[in-house]
Amino acid sequence: MNDADERHAASLEAISVSKSFGGVRALHEASLRAFPGEVHALVGENGAGKSTLIKLLGGRLRADSGVIRHHGAAVALKTPDAAHRLGCWTVFQELTLLSAMSVAENLLLRREPRGAFGLTSERRLRQTAEAVFARFGIHDIDPGALVEDLPLADRQVIEIVRALSHDPDILLLDEPTSALMERETAWLFGEVRRLRDAGRTVVFTSHRWHEIAAIADRITVFRGGRDVGSFTTLGEDEAVTLMTGQRVETLYPPRPAAPASEAALTVADLAGGRLASASFSLHRGEILGVGGLAGHGHRELFLMLFGAMPRKAGRILRAGHEIRPRSPRQAIRAGIALVPEDRKTEGLLLPLSVRDNLTLAVLGRESRLGVLRRRRLRSVAAAMTTRLKVRMPDITSPVAALSGGNQQKILLGRWLLADCAVLLFYDVTRGVDVATKHEIYELMTALARDGRAILYYSSDAEELAHLAHRVLVLREGRIAAELPASGLNAEHIVAAAMRDQAAA
Amino acid sequence: MAPPRRPPLAHALARHLGLVLVSVLLAVSVIGYCALYLATQARLPGMFELTSSLNNTMPLALAALAQTMVVLTRGLDLSIGGIIDLSNALAALYLGTTAASMALASALILLAGAVLGLVNGALVAYGRLQPILVTLATLAIFQGLAIRVLPQPGGAVPEAYTALLVNTGAPYALVYVLALMLFWTVLRRSQVGIALLAIGDDEAAAAANGIDPVATKLVAYTLSGLIAAAAGLFLAAQATAGDATTGNGYTLTSIVAVVLGGVSLFGGRGSGIGAILGAFVTTMIVNILFFAHIDPLYQSFYEGAFLVIAVVLAEGLGRLVRRRRARA
Repeated sequence: MNDADERHAASLEAISVSKSFGGVRALHEASLRAFPGEVHALVGENGAGKSTLIKLLGGRLRADSGVIRHHGAAVALKTPDAAHRLGCWTVFQELTLLSAMSVAENLLLRREPRGAFGLTSERRLRQTAEAVFARFGIHDIDPGALVEDLPLADRQVIEIVRALSHDPDILLLDEPTSALMERETAWLFGEVRRLRDAGRTVVFTSHRWHEIAAIADRITVFRGGRDVGSFTTLGEDEAVTLMTGQRVETLYPPRPAAPASEAALTVADLAGGRLASASFSLHRGEILGVGGLAGHGHRELFLMLFGAMPRKAGRILRAGHEIRPRSPRQAIRAGIALVPEDRKTEGLLLPLSVRDNLTLAVLGRESRLGVLRRRRLRSVAAAMTTRLKVRMPDITSPVAALSGGNQQKILLGRWLLADCAVLLFYDVTRGVDVATKHEIYELMTALARDGRAILYYSSDAEELAHLAHRVLVLREGRIAAELPASGLNAEHIVAAAMRDQAAA
Repeated sequence: MAPPRRPPLAHALARHLGLVLVSVLLAVSVIGYCALYLATQARLPGMFELTSSLNNTMPLALAALAQTMVVLTRGLDLSIGGIIDLSNALAALYLGTTAASMALASALILLAGAVLGLVNGALVAYGRLQPILVTLATLAIFQGLAIRVLPQPGGAVPEAYTALLVNTGAPYALVYVLALMLFWTVLRRSQVGIALLAIGDDEAAAAANGIDPVATKLVAYTLSGLIAAAAGLFLAAQATAGDATTGNGYTLTSIVAVVLGGVSLFGGRGSGIGAILGAFVTTMIVNILFFAHIDPLYQSFYEGAFLVIAVVLAEGLGRLVRRRRARA
């Protein structure tokens, strides 16, 4: 097929589109060509421009220059509605559900079933939503519930069902799986395949290579705001090289040497929320992995250790002394820091500068008679950004202007500055690109070598298998298994997490 | 297999928590009022008290509903008092004596209110200015216009007009209250109402769903101006004359009523019915203070104290229900 024919056949094209935000170039003459009957994956580091391109195609943003074509004809996507009229529906990375409204109202927003006088009713909405969910095989989301009361995974499913229910000719999915569990991801991929087989176009982004390998017919790699190649087959190593512009030798650094015998943190019969009971010791220089399926008490364990959730029972000993952290402030004073998964809502002050965010936890230490030592703060922050290889315009730029991976580094840096001996890492690599993941792994092993104690939960069992000295698997709020590092692989962790009581 | 669903009642409670709370508040304050009345007058309040309470509350109920339109979009309309002043002053001068002239003048005054609201909306939506700043400025402007129209209290409102809007013989005002509630119900179930709540909830998300924030804000402020002008007409009918400063207090009391009515000042949550009930709670508090022989000089002290208590209670209860739901 020659070039002219191919252009004619494409259902959606972006040709040399550029977009800047306040001087920061997010996209620079990037192009994408998606065809009917294909699943097209966009891969690249955070900040490579994937999300910006999806927003342009979905009518959320307008390009500074460049052309967008729909079945060969140039189109101006001024509003989301303009894209919708072309049959192009988008699931954006930051969800667009209205939290104070019900699931049904959100699902049917702007096409509410209307009765007499064009008015809708809660009953009518609920029934229609019920039918829409049933059409896509979703039975466990209550249409009457308020969105704000639902977990992130359910919200993501609602957002996807809403897009699917418009019977899209072109479906754009921006990191749809980052909040989903395996079962929901399998469901989504079933729907995506169904659309592809019906001759529709699906464009999606993901940081999980096995997902891309499983479903993509074509892969376009983005780096630094432009496309650097489009492929029908591409290996992971090759992709990483293209994405980063450099070869990453090994994704996982070698495990640090065996930890000291000295316990930095001892937990006895800790309970609260979904955590029924947990006892373990975390040693200096150790990376102690915590694995298992979400919702089995991991979150509660981490929040209780950080004083962010009340304990129901149990004791926490920090270097032999009992502590009762009742607030994050007290936990930090005891030398315990938590790096959370959701950096936007749990930790970073997005409008404030890189420097201010980095030094937030050490303001007391770096001040004299209550007055901040500004020059010192600046140099401390600057040193940390160098150490963490943070990519940013300037140390005074707002954190909001940084890509996700770099934001995560800032959050890590804050707790490194605070010099806490015990670090709680809660799924810190979720939604982070490969190159940044690699940097975080290296940092983590360096910290352990330094003698810090690291408790590390990850939803990616592969990471735990490669990095941790031991892995505790939580199931139904209890430690179901303790797996040593030797000979450990991801399957062992997943098996221990899934195994039912009888088989254990 | 569908998992067990929470009963519709639990959902209804979650969705209409503010409404439930203001209903309880209203019941409590009515009971308190009746008890005080019984203690001081040795009988229960009757039809006369019901009628006068309804008539007295109508302007505030309207002002609260007007405020709700804007608060739902995460804004605040401080100019309501100014629009009431102006509409009141115009009514005192131009209503005339024939049915036709009264109808025409009323319609024009309502239109003027809507236009003033539209000006607010345009400044907020196109000018991207803070609602509180815009309406603080226009409040002063509208108050100035009202004084220009009617420098001294006076003018006249025909008896027939008063009899229609503020009938002191029987609680006809109940019909107006129900009409306002019906108006809200219709609005809430229409595209416009959903858009108002949506942009107050999350403007970016609403825009991503194709809701036009600019158009929605224009509608919100226009409706606010229109309804505030209606409040001015009711006040004129009640006083049978005009006063270009009569509306000033309504800027703040409308916010009080809205808050008592469970409308969130952060936007996106609440109901016009709640705000109307909130207006009645406010009236009941004033009645209670009257029968408790509180010196009118200290009235605002007690009103403020009551507001604080009511808001703290509502917040606390709301949090409790929320936590129980999170556990469920």
